Amino acid sequence: MLQDKDRIFTNLFGVHDPLLKGARARGDWDGTAAILARGRDGIIDEMKKSGLRGRGGAGFPTGLKWSFMPKESKLPAYLVVNADESEPGTCKDRDILRHDPHKLIEGCLIAGFAMGACAAYIYVRGEFYNEGCMLQAAVDEAYEAGLIGKNACGSGYDFDVVVHRGAGAYICGEETALIESLEGKKGMPRMKPPFPAGVGLYGCPSTVNNVESIAVAPTILRRGADWFLGIGRPNNAGPKLFCISGHVNKPGNVEEELGIPLRELIERHAGGVRGGWDNLLAIIPGGASVRLIPKTICDDILMDFDSLRNVRSGLGTAAVIVMDKSTDLIRAIARLSKFYMHESCGQCTPCREGTGWMWRTMNRMAEGRATIQEIDTLEQVTRQVEGHTICALGDAAAWPIQGLIAHFRPMMEERINAYKARISSPSRMAAE
Amino acid sequence: MAAAAPSNFEQPACFAFDAQSEAELAMLIGRYPAGKQASVVIPGLYVVQHQMKRQTDSAWVPVKGMDALAERLGMAPIRVYEVATFYYMFNMAPIGKYHLQVCTTTPCWLRGSDEIVAACRAETGIAGWKETSADGMFTMTEVECVGACVNAPILQVDDDFYEDLNGERTTALLAALRRGEKPPKGSTIGRQNSAPEGGSQTLLFAPEA
Repeated sequence: MLQDKDRIFTNLFGVHDPLLKGARARGDWDGTAAILARGRDGIIDEMKKSGLRGRGGAGFPTGLKWSFMPKESKLPAYLVVNADESEPGTCKDRDILRHDPHKLIEGCLIAGFAMGACAAYIYVRGEFYNEGCMLQAAVDEAYEAGLIGKNACGSGYDFDVVVHRGAGAYICGEETALIESLEGKKGMPRMKPPFPAGVGLYGCPSTVNNVESIAVAPTILRRGADWFLGIGRPNNAGPKLFCISGHVNKPGNVEEELGIPLRELIERHAGGVRGGWDNLLAIIPGGASVRLIPKTICDDILMDFDSLRNVRSGLGTAAVIVMDKSTDLIRAIARLSKFYMHESCGQCTPCREGTGWMWRTMNRMAEGRATIQEIDTLEQVTRQVEGHTICALGDAAAWPIQGLIAHFRPMMEERINAYKARISSPSRMAAE
Repeated sequence: MAAAAPSNFEQPACFAFDAQSEAELAMLIGRYPAGKQASVVIPGLYVVQHQMKRQTDSAWVPVKGMDALAERLGMAPIRVYEVATFYYMFNMAPIGKYHLQVCTTTPCWLRGSDEIVAACRAETGIAGWKETSADGMFTMTEVECVGACVNAPILQVDDDFYEDLNGERTTALLAALRRGEKPPKGSTIGRQNSAPEGGSQTLLFAPEA
C-alpha cells in the first residue's frame, strides 16, 4: 500500500486550505525557478525517465508527448489542459481543481516552459462551475504573487494561465474537439494528422494534457524520477488517483500506487463490495469506455495499464465502477449506450447512426425482446463502428457492449428465452 | 431523446448587455490573443444566460442575446447559434427559477438515481423532461454524468451539486428551495467531499500549521 509520505495529492479531500498559503505549506511552488533553470531538455528528460504515462485514459508517455513540440517555431505555442472530466465514473480532476489547484497551475508553468509555450488554457467542464471558480481564484493569487505572468517565479520566463469554461459536451474531452471548442466552435474532432503539436490551438503548436498528468509534474521534478519509478510496477510507474463508485460500502477517491490488486483497492479503501466480495458481479475498471470484467478476472487483476490491457479491458481514467449481483447488467450497459448516443457529435456516420442503433438494440436486449441471432448482429455492428470514425468516441461506444457480450452472453440469451417463454405462455395466449 | 422544449414562449424584442455583463465581456475578451475573440463565445453565452437570470429570474439565451453577442465578437450570428445549440448547458427556452439537473448515467443509476427522479417528479408535479412546474419554480432536465460519481446519486441545482442523495433528502431539498432557502451544496450526509463515508484510510498525518 502507498504510504502517506509518497502521496502527491495531500489535500485530496479538501481538509486543508486549497489556496496559496495552504499550497505552500504542502510544498507547492517550492524552488520552481530552480526547476525551470534545468532547461527545457533537462525537464523533459527527467519526465521521460520517470515513466509517467498520461492520466487521461490513453496512457501515452507524458515526457515523450512534450518532446514532440517544435524546438524552433515562428508561431506561439500553447499548453492546453483537459479539465473536461466527463468520463462516467471519473471525478478525480474535480478534486485537484477544487482542493489542490496550485499543483495544476505550477505544473502548467513547468510543462509550458518545457514545451516552449507562452500560455496554458485550462478547459474546465461547464458543470464544474464551483471548481472553476476555485481554480480562477488560485490563478488570480498566483498572478498576484508573481508566480505566473511576466517573469514567472523570477525565472525571466513570461507565462499566462487562462481558465476557460466549457458548456456540457463529453466530446470536448477529445483533444481536437477541445481545441475547436476553445476556438469558439462546435466541439467536433479534427482529422489527424496534422497533430496538435504541429497545428493545434489557433493553428499553433499545442499539447493537450490531462489535469492529473500536469499536476503531478512538479512533484516528480522535485522528488526525482527515481522516486516516481520506485512506485508501482515496471512500465506502470507512480501513484494514481482512483475513483471507486457503484455498489461498494464506502465509495470514494483515493491515491494509490499503480498495480495495486483491484480487490485490495476496493476492500481497503472503499469498505468492500456491498454484501461481500462473493456478491460481486462485474466491474468496469477504467471509466465507462472500457470493457467490463467479470468477478473471476476481478479476483486477482492488478490495476495498471498493461495488466488490464492483457484482459482486453483498460485502466482508462482509473474510475472503478462496481456492480454487485443485484445489478441488471444489460440495463447498466444499455444506459451507457444512451450516454454515447447523447454525446456523439454527429460528424461521422458510423457513430451518429451507430450509437442510436446500438442503444435501441441494447434496450430490447434488456427487455429480452430480441432474437439470439441479434446478439451476433449487435456484436458485428459494434465492429463496424469501432475504428471507423475520426475520434475514439465510436470505439468507446462499442467497447462496453463488446465486453458485455464477451463475458455475459449467456445472461443475454437467458433473458431473450425468458421473454419468448413469457409471450408464448398459454395463459398469455388465453388472455389475448 | 430529450422531450421537445416548450414552443409557446415569446422571444424578447430586444436585448442589451447591462453594465455587469459589459464588464464581464471586457474581462473575458482580454484573456485571449488579439483577433481570437471568437473564443469568448461560450463564456459569452453564459454572460447572456446570467443576465437573463438577473433580469427575469429565468436563465436562458434568447435569440436577441445571441445576436448581441455575435455583434460584440464580430461573428456571424449563425456561428453563435450553432454553438449555443450544440452545447447542452444553454437553455434555448425560458426555464423555472431552479434548474433541477438529475444525473441518471450508470454510476448514479447504480446508486439509486431512479429514486431521485421519482422524488423530483412527486415534489414538483413535473411529468416529463425539460418541463417546468406549474408554479414556475422548477425545470427538470435529465443530464449525463456530471463527474462526481463517488458521491452518487447527484442532483445539480443551477450550478451546485447536491450529493449522496436519496428520495427523502431530495424531497426535503426541494421543499427548502421552495421556501426560499438554499441548503449548503455538497454531500447531504456530511461526508468530507470525496472521502469515504466515516473517514478516509489515507492522508492521516497531522494537520498542517
